[in-house]
Amino acid sequence: MTEPLLELKNVVLKVNRNTPEEVTILNHLNLTVNAGDFITVLGSNGAGKSTLFNAIGGDLTIDSGQILLHGKDITHDSVEKRTRFLSRVFQDPKLGTAPRMTVAENLLLAERRGQRRGLAPRRLAREMDHYAQLTATMHNGLDQRLSTATGNLSGGQRQALSFLMATLKRPEVLLLDEHTAALDPQTSHDLMQLTNQRVQQERLTCLMITHHLEDALTYGNRLIVLHRGQVTFDVAGAEKQALTTEKLYSFFAEIE
Amino acid sequence: MSLIVSAIGQGLLWAVLGVGLFLTFRILDFADMTVEGTFPLGAATCVAAISNGMSPIVATLLAFIVGSLAGLITGLLYTKGHIPILLAGILVMTACYSVNLRIMGRANVSLLGKATLFKNAFLENLPQYFDSVVLGIVVMVVVTSLVIYFLQTQLGQGFIATGDNQTMARSLGINTDNMKIMGLMVSNGLIAFGGALVAQNNGYADVNMGIGIIVIALASIIIGEVAFGDLTLNQRLVAVTLGSILYRFVLLIVLKLGFNANDLNLLSAIVLALCMMLPVFKRAFNFKHILKRGLDTND
Repeated sequence: MTEPLLELKNVVLKVNRNTPEEVTILNHLNLTVNAGDFITVLGSNGAGKSTLFNAIGGDLTIDSGQILLHGKDITHDSVEKRTRFLSRVFQDPKLGTAPRMTVAENLLLAERRGQRRGLAPRRLAREMDHYAQLTATMHNGLDQRLSTATGNLSGGQRQALSFLMATLKRPEVLLLDEHTAALDPQTSHDLMQLTNQRVQQERLTCLMITHHLEDALTYGNRLIVLHRGQVTFDVAGAEKQALTTEKLYSFFAEIE
Repeated sequence: MSLIVSAIGQGLLWAVLGVGLFLTFRILDFADMTVEGTFPLGAATCVAAISNGMSPIVATLLAFIVGSLAGLITGLLYTKGHIPILLAGILVMTACYSVNLRIMGRANVSLLGKATLFKNAFLENLPQYFDSVVLGIVVMVVVTSLVIYFLQTQLGQGFIATGDNQTMARSLGINTDNMKIMGLMVSNGLIAFGGALVAQNNGYADVNMGIGIIVIALASIIIGEVAFGDLTLNQRLVAVTLGSILYRFVLLIVLKLGFNANDLNLLSAIVLALCMMLPVFKRAFNFKHILKRGLDTND
């Protein structure tokens, strides 16, 4: 359980490089993610949470440092290559699905995440039963809308679908970037429950950015706080269990 | 009667342009100006090849290949060179003008007395204008079937996803740059192929024959969509061919009204603009309708 899966070593990431507006977003950040970790990530706006995810995902290239997966250097791997082990759910429900394609077509796309796509027929029909069962576990009517274009779904349904797509082909690392933030409280709660259930069941390794202190405390086995591009707080196990919102608030007051 | 047959034949021959443009305009969701250059490029390539003794079939396929190379250049400028797609297309279109003059050696080359796809025993024995109808049907059935098959493959689905939501496509490991380049290559290949067909049908290639091509190709797409309404993707591809034929009928009517061939580009632009503004008109109409109803039930 404690074998390091993903390591970030001394990662520096700047934006607007070589201009007067140069800002260091990740400042010699170090983080070791162990297999099976479910880490909630807290931090104020601008602390570097989303940038951290973009560095792991390869959307942003880091200026110095190393990113390792199973001890292997992946610092220079492309976004496409990293999708073999990595999947993501974005905050904006519009970003996670293809609006003109149907729910089933989206699922089929996700099933081949990181794999070669050739000129073989897509074979959608034979997957329909499987997808109906799968979407039924979401309990939000998605299974009735398999042939609906995702652009016509509600935000909650779309985000549930995005989450399902991200876990359909088991990722070694799952990144959730405030994936429930754009939803109403009830829908947000339901999706959070589902997320937790699925992460536990599949023993997924997961990092979840959230602004809900309660969620950050309730879910996961480990909690980290990012501040000015560094991990300034990192607790796991029993220590995390003992944490309360009051303690977190006082910690935040200290670092500001 | 023969005017109608001729319009259907022309509609079928030109429909391949609509299908080609559909791949970029509707699926990748951008307007590719390269086609204004690749249409005469296909025509020039084909005519030059036939003049040098190549068989019409090989010359027509060669036009496809040369057209897709032009698409490759636009794609590289756009994805790797980060030049906006509209400008990348205009650059290649402009460059094509010089290339076309080089290929043909002069501005206009005739195919008089040369072999073409239309000059074989079977097509020549058909009544007048039926040759383009028959050839057009064969070409469109083959091309549309291939495109429909492609779009239903794993690769084709990745291609559609790229145009639909690039962020998602990338997060699923789809190389969106490659998809755009591929789309531009196939699209421009088809447009050049269409140029080769039209040149053989007309009996000549002209360096200026590309002017307004994007409007004609768009017209087939838009008229097809306006005329047939809500369709699936596959049906929409078939509707492009029907749209292309309808567009020829519109031109026929316009010419019958007394306009001459020099007015065609102006009229094509007006027809297309009207069709594209239809949703706006509809909304304005519905608005009045709703307003009226609202006043009626106001008690």
